[in-house]
Amino acid sequence: MDKIKDNYDIMVIGAGVVGGLIARSLSFFNAAICIVDRHIDAAMGASGANSGIVHGGYDAKSGSLKAKFNILGTAMMEETCRKLGVPYKNTGSFVIAFGPDDELELARLYENGIKGGIKGLELISGEEARKLEPALNETVTKALWSKTAGVVSPYKLNISAVENAVINGVDYLRETTVTEIQRTENGFNVITDKGALNTKVIVNCAGIYADEIAGMVNDGFFSLTPRKGEYLLIDRSEGGLVKRVIFQTPSEKGKGVLVMTTVDGNLLIGPDANIAASKEDISTHADSLDFVYKTALKSCSNLHLDKVITSFAGLRATPDTGDFIIGESRKVPGFYNVAGIESPGLSSAPAIAEFVANEISEILGGLPYKENYIEVLESHEFFRDMTMDEKERAIKENPEHGRLVCRCESVTEAEVLESIRRPAGARTVDGVKRRTRAGMGRCQGGFCMPTVVEILSKELKIEKEEVLKGDRGSYILAGRNRG
Amino acid sequence: MTEKRSIVIIGAGPAGLAAAVRARKSGIKDILLLERDYQLGGILKQCIHNGFGLHVFKEELTGPEFALRYIRKIHELGIEYKLGTMVISIDENKNITTVNEQDGLRIYKAEAIILAMGCRERPRGALRIPGTNPSGIFSAGTAQRFVNIEGMKPGKTAVILGSGDIGLIMARRMTLEGMKVKAVCEIMPHPGGLTRNIVQCLEDFDIPLKLSHTVTQIHGKTRLEGVTVTKVDENYKPIEGTDQFIKCDTLLLSVGLIPENELSEEAGVLLDPSTKGAVVNQYLETSVDGIYACGNVLHVHDLVDYVALEAERAADSAVKRIKGTNPQKRKRMTVTTGEGIRYTVPQIIDRDEKDKKIKIYFRSKAILKTVRVNAVCKGKTIYSRKFKQLVPAEMEYIRIPSEKLKGRNIIIEAVKK
Amino acid sequence: MKREMVCIRCPKGCRMTVEYEGTKVLNVKGNSCSKGLAYAIDEITKPVRIVTSTVKVINGELPVVPVKTDKAIRRNLIFDVMEKIIEAEVVAPIKEGQVILENPADCGADVVATLELRKVTND
Repeated sequence: MDKIKDNYDIMVIGAGVVGGLIARSLSFFNAAICIVDRHIDAAMGASGANSGIVHGGYDAKSGSLKAKFNILGTAMMEETCRKLGVPYKNTGSFVIAFGPDDELELARLYENGIKGGIKGLELISGEEARKLEPALNETVTKALWSKTAGVVSPYKLNISAVENAVINGVDYLRETTVTEIQRTENGFNVITDKGALNTKVIVNCAGIYADEIAGMVNDGFFSLTPRKGEYLLIDRSEGGLVKRVIFQTPSEKGKGVLVMTTVDGNLLIGPDANIAASKEDISTHADSLDFVYKTALKSCSNLHLDKVITSFAGLRATPDTGDFIIGESRKVPGFYNVAGIESPGLSSAPAIAEFVANEISEILGGLPYKENYIEVLESHEFFRDMTMDEKERAIKENPEHGRLVCRCESVTEAEVLESIRRPAGARTVDGVKRRTRAGMGRCQGGFCMPTVVEILSKELKIEKEEVLKGDRGSYILAGRNRG
Repeated sequence: MTEKRSIVIIGAGPAGLAAAVRARKSGIKDILLLERDYQLGGILKQCIHNGFGLHVFKEELTGPEFALRYIRKIHELGIEYKLGTMVISIDENKNITTVNEQDGLRIYKAEAIILAMGCRERPRGALRIPGTNPSGIFSAGTAQRFVNIEGMKPGKTAVILGSGDIGLIMARRMTLEGMKVKAVCEIMPHPGGLTRNIVQCLEDFDIPLKLSHTVTQIHGKTRLEGVTVTKVDENYKPIEGTDQFIKCDTLLLSVGLIPENELSEEAGVLLDPSTKGAVVNQYLETSVDGIYACGNVLHVHDLVDYVALEAERAADSAVKRIKGTNPQKRKRMTVTTGEGIRYTVPQIIDRDEKDKKIKIYFRSKAILKTVRVNAVCKGKTIYSRKFKQLVPAEMEYIRIPSEKLKGRNIIIEAVKK
Repeated sequence: MKREMVCIRCPKGCRMTVEYEGTKVLNVKGNSCSKGLAYAIDEITKPVRIVTSTVKVINGELPVVPVKTDKAIRRNLIFDVMEKIIEAEVVAPIKEGQVILENPADCGADVVATLELRKVTND
């Protein structure tokens, strides 16, 4: 573990986007806080593998927690992203209909949205939709346009939130798995694979494992089912095919297969929805990807499979209660659940964080704010986005900007070093990739990976064969041939 | 600031080096060679195996030796080069924006540009192999760099997908280093690499080559634990019931090379969808006036010797342009592919009286035995040559007498006879 | 027995069909010159290969230097030579053609460097 105090006031279990943003909001208070996470980096669960959409909020049942936090969270998203230096775009979204049945559902969604007080909703004809999104097929008969919807970099939001928390003094205990929780007089004794920790309050943000963590305090009143969604990510040359997020009319299975341009400029299609084999199963399958592609073709026929750069899968933590589970355990005081945060969880996360932080403060008798807490991260522009003059200045100031590590995405050595040296910085090749985009381009790291391995080995003072791609065990090299 | 040069060559691999040496020997003094790596030689430095140089140097050399022969000439001739220098953009007016540690941002204005950026490997994503995303999956060239330059071992047991030459060479290389190469899978019914490499890299070491097989699933959460290998039908679709699990911690992908043309496209250079390289005429000039292309950025070659020879032709054309002796373009003809032919280079012929013969390189779509390769103008065969065998892995060429060319189009076809 | 072969003695690359029994060549078809015939006989009777690999470098700008056997060696000696190559070390600076191992495993060839490497003092 990175740093250890014997006693914490608050322990956040899980460094996903919900845990990260809650830890950040809590870090403004004067309290001893830690984040405990089983992974080597933030955003390695569902927060790193989802669509990255900020939903309009029209489809959650009004009165539900999903509806409440979606509306609040979406309204907060732009500002939160600005403060954390996270890419966000208010693109708007369409739900498209292919005939009378779908149109009926669109009308229902529209009314549900209006009832919930959602702004910027409009029902438009197929022609109007195609005028705005020329890539849409002729078969589209109607669309529900949500102007408040947008796209965000989910892993960046997650990573920056954890970084912000760490800057404010939160201990981020990576690669630490909670195995047992004992209740004590003042709270809890949390046993991990790296040792035991005391805390007064636990915030359970353990994602798909939140039900098992709750079970450790004998309050497993809910259970979570991993529902897998598979995606195809397509080269940036195809990005911009659609400007808005294009949903198909939803069914019981989920919001359906979408077509969108990610905030990074790639085209993304997916997800499907199937019960995963286990909570660890994030494999993709030929038939699922085939389904995703064929279904997406219904929206836009101009999708090129030969431009696919990768496929991935994420797990939705679907609760058997039908809604987000947010609140202090009735049986176990001081144990606070933030569980079952499936879609629209990302959209809701900023609002959930603020709400939960205030609740925890109350549980602890009303925490005072720190005197000089930081809520705005020093933002730094990426080399690739700089103007010629800015690039010239950047290299003069730091010659490491003159060395391009990743040529597909124009990532400089200075940026790779920075991604490792920042608070809660990268420890792995994937960590560098998520923070800088090195290796995310068309060659998928073929060129830059050896360089990134070398930089990581130097910066972390480890041998090259100890450098990992992701979690423990994902070593890249098996050793030396010589010496 | 903007600096002027007669010829700027982008990329100092075999193509760029050969072009620079040739242009300098033809009397052009201000040549600038730009290289993003910190050494000259490009990919040759990691191609430590032998088999290079038979055509150019009339002796068998390894990659580093082949490169050294050119690098020494670069130094002898005093050709200016810049290492660690990335070209950020090229425009149609031949302004080249570069960035490096010493100079910061610098713009060069060239009278002629020779594109010699080479190619990159196709990544896993392009194959859409489903499964997990563990470590242990490398493109063959990346593994080659780890082994040959860094002295590192990528894993212990490997499967190689694709029988391209780099994959075959790596099968032998890893075997020599004590790794177990369990199989090389090739989706096509014929090998992708040269026969010589099939013999010396696979057969010599009893490494099985599984033709008409592909990897259909990746297993393993953190490090690769194995792959599912499946037989495919004539349409390359997996055949049900032929799945075979092969335990391995390393998967090498040798599934094709893609010319690296992002810069060319930015300059407005028209690309050929078959070669993924520039559309050029017989002088290797692209659709942008004064921009030439050669080597693997133009089309993926089988032998580095041909890369060097092609680069010399591109240099000759650039020199002629600068000296004002470039050919008078007369009538433009397009070259199209007929039966059995995957691509041709050039794709355009700018007919000129001075040309006696036009050399057209091509690759076949499949293995073809005893065929005639015909050049057809206006429905008439104007040239024909017999080939005992055409193999997609190997580049071939025909030389068509210039005076026989007719009309606006010429079709190159390979027909059984 | 029949084997398809590509002659690599010159760039032409003749495709040959070789009929043989054990190590006795019965017939060679497809070669355009005597070099092809000789190659076919060598491949069947005593195949030889150039071995290329890398040798560990001390104080060099790279951790390893590429090497080759300066002549083709008997194929059955490849792994014996590799064993010596794996054990070898060489101190930078290194010249192209520099002999790294003399006649390892009695293979009849020397192992020589195929690249020049500069010396680097400390990291």
